[in-house]
Amino acid sequence: MSSTTVDGKQSGFSFSEYMTCLNGIVWREALRFLHQRERFISALVRPLVWLFIFAAGFRQVLGISIIPPYETYILYEVYIAPGLMAMIQLFNGMQSSLSMVYDREMGNMRTLLVSPLPRGYLLFCKLLAGTAVSLLQVYAFLAIAWFWDITPPAIGYLTVLPALILSGLMLGSLGMLISSGIKQLENFAGVMNFVIFPMFFASSALYPLWRVQEGSPMLYYVCQWNPFTHAVELIRFAFYGQVNWISLAVVGGCTLAFMIGAIFAYDPSRGLARRGPAGGET
Amino acid sequence: MMPTDAPTAVASAGPDAVARTETAATPALSISGVSHSYGARRALIDIDFTVAPASFTALLGLNGAGKSTLFSLITRLFGIQSGQIGIFGHDISRAPGQALRLMGVVFQPRTLDLDLSLMQNLLYHAALHGIGRRDARSRAEEMLARIGLADRSASKVRDLSGGQMRRLEIARALLHRPRLLLLDEATVGLDVKARSDILSHVRQLVTEQGIGVLWATHLFDEIATSDNLVILHQGRMLARGNVSDVLSKANAQDVNSAFMRLTGAQSQSLTP
Repeated sequence: MSSTTVDGKQSGFSFSEYMTCLNGIVWREALRFLHQRERFISALVRPLVWLFIFAAGFRQVLGISIIPPYETYILYEVYIAPGLMAMIQLFNGMQSSLSMVYDREMGNMRTLLVSPLPRGYLLFCKLLAGTAVSLLQVYAFLAIAWFWDITPPAIGYLTVLPALILSGLMLGSLGMLISSGIKQLENFAGVMNFVIFPMFFASSALYPLWRVQEGSPMLYYVCQWNPFTHAVELIRFAFYGQVNWISLAVVGGCTLAFMIGAIFAYDPSRGLARRGPAGGET
Repeated sequence: MMPTDAPTAVASAGPDAVARTETAATPALSISGVSHSYGARRALIDIDFTVAPASFTALLGLNGAGKSTLFSLITRLFGIQSGQIGIFGHDISRAPGQALRLMGVVFQPRTLDLDLSLMQNLLYHAALHGIGRRDARSRAEEMLARIGLADRSASKVRDLSGGQMRRLEIARALLHRPRLLLLDEATVGLDVKARSDILSHVRQLVTEQGIGVLWATHLFDEIATSDNLVILHQGRMLARGNVSDVLSKANAQDVNSAFMRLTGAQSQSLTP
């Protein structure tokens, strides 16, 4: 398809136009995040509270045996660090989708959606931008956690990056998929309770699965089916320079499924039609 | 010539032919047989009109007339349920990229990012159109100078007045050099001077740059006798053509009384 438009431009889009668009969306999302200091601080405080208070309290209660990828006994803080990294991404993914519902209601999404680039690509860029923001949060968390004896091999900071990108995309896509089914902003709090907390607690973020199996075989199976468990394990292994292939396959598959579902399900008219396309006007 | 007399490429040509039918006479915007419903409620019923390049067309209707629904369809925010919409011959459903490239939009609600600076807002918009950073910056500087906000380039949008925000939104809509500009109630909430400034700025774009403008409004005093006019009421198009044609059709002296007469007649005809 290469017909010429009235102003002489070709109808398709060049690779550099696609990249410029991606850069612009990521840059804008990062700027917004940095400008919202409260959001930045709260994103950091949440995992740090778990690390400093919860982990310190439970250190003596929950013993961790030697399980891969660890080669020796570890502190409980060390065990939950990957889970907290995934938790940052889980909250970020849901917050991004919350902001999409808000932007859809307030009208800001229109700026994005009237771009001439394909809508699926624009939403993919939005997901990547949300993931980039979650990476900023995770690395800021790791910088502080380093002073709390969370010290993986130096290469771990690099090898964990692809795992974080994939898990960030999976959780962001899930958030977008959920947001596409939400008619109004007020419904989101309920969804948070039904998604974030069950996903986080029914996973290997806070306790190893063999411990869960001892306590409740049923819960163990739920945890195994929970994609968040695999995101945590993918990050945990990558943090120590290893690959958990099963988790990689599950997270990769879920990312693809959620992303396709989110892009197909996204309907900008959902919020607009309820309020009228211009905030009450029809 | 009335805008409705302009050839409607989308209406008359098959889908494959749409992209090939670009001539000097191709309307900037052609709307053909467009209807839209929200569930059982019909928001637009069989809308037909065109906007010629370098012309100013006012879309007049009260709140709830269907103006914003029509804008959402033209900009592809809503999927088209029936009918066709073309931008310089490009069908918005079949070739949205080509159509949207030629269109600038100012929505009724403010869509600027309040926490970003004026320059950052413009650069973001340019990126969404694939315009490289250097080119985008020079275009943005030019636009800011043109709307008299060059010295506020680094200020946050939050610190601007309502009129300045609207001017910035218009500048943003023009950054990728569109040939058609859509403005949905662009002067709502502004004082008299800001309204008049924005209106004359947009009219200047028509005469100096040859941009086709569709200006949705519910304010009669924003319509000049030289304009083209489309009257929308309860989702139906009651009149279209240049203002004098509409006035003579309604047998009225001014747009206000023409509107009242036409919408009154419409209401009566809907009464069983």
